[in-house]
Amino acid sequence: MENTNLVNIKINGMPLSVPAGISILEAARYAGIEIPTLCYLKDINEIGACRICMVEVVGARSLVTACVFPVSDGMEIYTNTEKVRKSRKMTLELILSTHSKECLTCVRSGTCELQQLCKEFGVDDSDAFKGEVIHYDFDDSAAHMIRDNNKCILCRRCIAACDNQGVSVIGANARGFDTHVSSAFDKDLADVSCISCGQCIVNCPTGAIVEKDDTAKVLEAIHDPEKFVIVNTAPSIRATLGEAFGMHIGTNVEGKMVAALRRLGFDKVFDTDFAADLTIMEEATELVERVKNGGVLPMITSCSPGWIKYCEHYYPELIPHLSTCKSPQQMFGAVMKTYYAQKMGIDPKNMVVVGIMPCTAKKFETKRDDEAASGYPDIDFALTTRELARMIESAGIFFRHLPDEEFDQPFGESTGAGTIFGATGGVMEAALRTAVKLITGNEAPSIDFEEVRGMKNIKEADYKVGDLDVKVAVASGTKNAKVLMDKIKSGEADYLFIEIMGCPGGCINGGGQPIQHAVVRNFVDLKARRAAALYDDDKNDVKRMSHENEGVKKLYEEFLGEPCSHKAHEVLHTSYVERKKYN
Amino acid sequence: MLKKISKIPFKGTAEQKAKLDAVIAECKDNKSLLMKVMQDAQEIYGYLPYEVQVMIAEGMDVPLEKVYGVSTFYAQFALSPKGEYNISVCLGTACYVKGSQEVLDKITEVVGITEGECTADGKFSLEACRCIGACGLAPVMMINDEVYGKLTAKEVPDILKKYGA
Repeated sequence: MENTNLVNIKINGMPLSVPAGISILEAARYAGIEIPTLCYLKDINEIGACRICMVEVVGARSLVTACVFPVSDGMEIYTNTEKVRKSRKMTLELILSTHSKECLTCVRSGTCELQQLCKEFGVDDSDAFKGEVIHYDFDDSAAHMIRDNNKCILCRRCIAACDNQGVSVIGANARGFDTHVSSAFDKDLADVSCISCGQCIVNCPTGAIVEKDDTAKVLEAIHDPEKFVIVNTAPSIRATLGEAFGMHIGTNVEGKMVAALRRLGFDKVFDTDFAADLTIMEEATELVERVKNGGVLPMITSCSPGWIKYCEHYYPELIPHLSTCKSPQQMFGAVMKTYYAQKMGIDPKNMVVVGIMPCTAKKFETKRDDEAASGYPDIDFALTTRELARMIESAGIFFRHLPDEEFDQPFGESTGAGTIFGATGGVMEAALRTAVKLITGNEAPSIDFEEVRGMKNIKEADYKVGDLDVKVAVASGTKNAKVLMDKIKSGEADYLFIEIMGCPGGCINGGGQPIQHAVVRNFVDLKARRAAALYDDDKNDVKRMSHENEGVKKLYEEFLGEPCSHKAHEVLHTSYVERKKYN
Repeated sequence: MLKKISKIPFKGTAEQKAKLDAVIAECKDNKSLLMKVMQDAQEIYGYLPYEVQVMIAEGMDVPLEKVYGVSTFYAQFALSPKGEYNISVCLGTACYVKGSQEVLDKITEVVGITEGECTADGKFSLEACRCIGACGLAPVMMINDEVYGKLTAKEVPDILKKYGA
């Protein structure tokens, strides 16, 4: 707080010095007071619309919205008077007057911010303002989510999240009582250029936007004796799953996660990190080949299906820059249904491969063309972290008390490089660790590429690898990707390699991750804390470079030949399509 | 009231497009001029169909959804074209108490469109308007610039017949 102007204020009679210009909401936190919010999302949705955060300011004509009202010297604020409590309760009752009250069957029951506030403010009559209600049809057109506007409270957080991705395919349409969130010309979500990132879902305070639930289909497969059901867990899941069971943000629950999956009845519990290492072998080789053979540069990573869909809709002319590598999830499934099926003598038809993903776009990805190396879809189902948590809960597994168990082999082996795939900069760092080896023949002197770590929107770094200048850029969140794409288009970009992750902060903040209320998103560095769990894991790994993965080496020896071989292309690479921005 | 989105195929001309392009060229560096561009576009095309809103979104570098959001927020923007004959029924207080709703319902019955729509042949469009300042003649409707006052629903079919309904 040095070098800032301070103002003296009083909150609930408590004198306090806070930086000038901050909001009452932020100032109250210095006093240890949490003012409830619904519409507020720090930096991206500061609109003072929901009126839940009303507080009394001495001398003010009426209650003010704490989320956008700046403090000034001498201000006296009361956050918990009867007038304030009455106002908040009435606001909640008014919201409830048009809100579908299917709380018993709502997937967000227990994590719903509206439900929690109703409890906190003692709302005892959900029909206090009974009146006309508009009934909205579900929009379940998209591969990954369902919108139920009957549960929408018009906080506009989803709109802000979509704008913050530079996608903006949803907005508030019509006016007054008819106002509703939808797409241009009220088209279905599947008919607009939505990228399936799911940032709207994790930012929704209620159950108005939810992922499509595939857990029943997975359970059906598990219970089918004909089916050999393999699960693989993305790098970031171990860093976030614990949150769904009340554990601290950033707790690495890898061992318990494996134990839970085994108890759910999966035949094999493998690690997507293995496929992340495999991706690095392919992608780093592809990069070196492009450099040697004058291929299209900069090359851009292709692990994030939200990013891929964004590129296809908004920058189709840059598709040749995308690495042709499938994402780790899809590579994993492809290896299972070809190599592993052969090895185990299982007909790939009877193999069901499930991905546990931080991501809703993965649901879309499983249905893409050219993602079926064996003739059957590489991945049958992609479940989000939230869906896995629900499966664990409904199976009566006491997650926090599970013993730590290890992944099955041979696809449970991974290196630190595979693990950091879950955070922005991780794929780049993993690739650099191996690229040094590929280019120079020697191991990198230091394998900590600190410059590409961290939560900055866009990171750039320059490395000298042998004789080669390797200028790289990393962006997370498609709005930030746009900046780099425009640079490529204008010819300003002199990068060799670019990593893009569709969600801000990377997979650890993916649209499929556990719900954290806005109060956490606003005041805790969720992304950094989750990412720290992955970097800690990497630091403590004995092997930290993808090319050290013995299982991956064996896979090349026995099946693929070498990275980017003809066989590897057949199994591990894919193609992209131009999509329209307007349909 | 939700606006109705016309299903009538877009029939914009190259001349209209050139006009809109000129407006956009003049305004594109200032996104706060979006409303002005939309108003001018409506002048040019008579309404703001999908195709026109896409041109505005691309030209102004504003997401299509934002353009649509504005077009559905303000009453001045139409998503349906005006017909050769635009029927406008006053639902202001005086006309309403004198039975203009029945007049409106009768028109719907005769021409087969509801408020905010245009017939498929482009002949008639129908809108409800607020007071047109002819309360002494209530209930009132206008067909293009022609004013019809002291109406009853019964008279509606004969009047519309004059326009080829």
